[in-house]
Amino acid sequence: MQSLSERYEAEVINFDRDKAVERICETMRDIMRSKLRRRGVVVAVSGGIDSSVSAALAVKAFGANKAFFIQLPEVDSAADTQSRGRQLIDLLGVDHTTHNIAATLQAIGCYDARDEAIKKTFPEYAEGWKNKIVIKGGLDGQVNHFMLVVQDPEGALHEKRLDLREYLQIVAATNYKQRIRKSIEYYHADRLNYAVVGTPNRLEYDQGFFVKNGDGSADLKPIAHLYKTQVYALAKHLDLPDSICNATPTTDTYSLPQGQDEFYFALPYQAMDKALWARNIGASASDLAGMLNISEEQAKFVFQDIDNKRKTTHYLHAKPYLIEPIPELNL
Amino acid sequence: MSSEAQIRNYILENYLFTDDQSALDSADSFLDKGILDSTGILEVIYFLEDEFKIKVEDTEMIPENLDSVNNIVSFIEKKRQ
Repeated sequence: MQSLSERYEAEVINFDRDKAVERICETMRDIMRSKLRRRGVVVAVSGGIDSSVSAALAVKAFGANKAFFIQLPEVDSAADTQSRGRQLIDLLGVDHTTHNIAATLQAIGCYDARDEAIKKTFPEYAEGWKNKIVIKGGLDGQVNHFMLVVQDPEGALHEKRLDLREYLQIVAATNYKQRIRKSIEYYHADRLNYAVVGTPNRLEYDQGFFVKNGDGSADLKPIAHLYKTQVYALAKHLDLPDSICNATPTTDTYSLPQGQDEFYFALPYQAMDKALWARNIGASASDLAGMLNISEEQAKFVFQDIDNKRKTTHYLHAKPYLIEPIPELNL
Repeated sequence: MSSEAQIRNYILENYLFTDDQSALDSADSFLDKGILDSTGILEVIYFLEDEFKIKVEDTEMIPENLDSVNNIVSFIEKKRQ
């Protein structure tokens, strides 16, 4: 009998890349033709794997002259992600603009609100310090909770558990980043009569790793059905630069480098892809434990964490609830 | 007011928006019944630390201590010993 790993290999790793690209491009054109009725697409290019693959697919589907790319850096964006974004734009030859959103974020109070909450946890935090949030608990069967990690100017790291109010304020403040970015994407989409492409992969989409009305907002999401491992495979298949294909995924939202698995997922993406896929096909915790080389108890916690995140983030996907349906709109 | 009543009322008022005591069984799992999500559990921890002057350690943040009114009552009693 085929082992779980062999089945994963056959179903997820060895997917037909040409067919996947063809299907995505044809469906994107069909959605634009029959539902969105816009002339082209806006893609915010971060330099990360997901937006790069989405951007390349958009160009394949509609042509370089029907795409508009935007780079939206701010003070906490890493320099290398910006240069990777620039490389992609040059490679695909698409009209583009760069809009640094730092002044907007400063004006709206994003950095001040974040720093106020950080200082409640680390009073000594000041200019020249760096920060990030780290998730704990999911792999140990604990309720997910959050640690604040700061680095002083000498490079020493300090870590403390965040109280709920401070955690919520830091997240609320940093969510301005994704929401301001989306406003600018829609400015250009409205100006050009284009649609906005959202760039989550399956792991992010399924587990609610996005900001509502921020990066979660879009008119179409071409790679939301693809596991992150498959997105990397498509990047190679589409001949994207090595710097993009080999980049470690980060949130690029906090000033200290922050892996997505540190902030949100219980495991690194390669293992999370396997766990999510195993959950979707109804595999047992003991099968997953064998596949990931973790204990059966940990595998059980990972499955629980997947289910909990689905429940917790369901409202992020949901349309606003109405008291009575409006059937005439056929939504 | 007993600890149980305090916790019940907190959950009823803040998450179920009712004062109908029959809306919550003290054995109901908050997570399984969809009464609270993980952020809700963190809010409950905040409430417990504030109201009962206890410190919930990271290792104590498990469903066995926090996932129902009954679990919380036993947890608080254990903490007070």
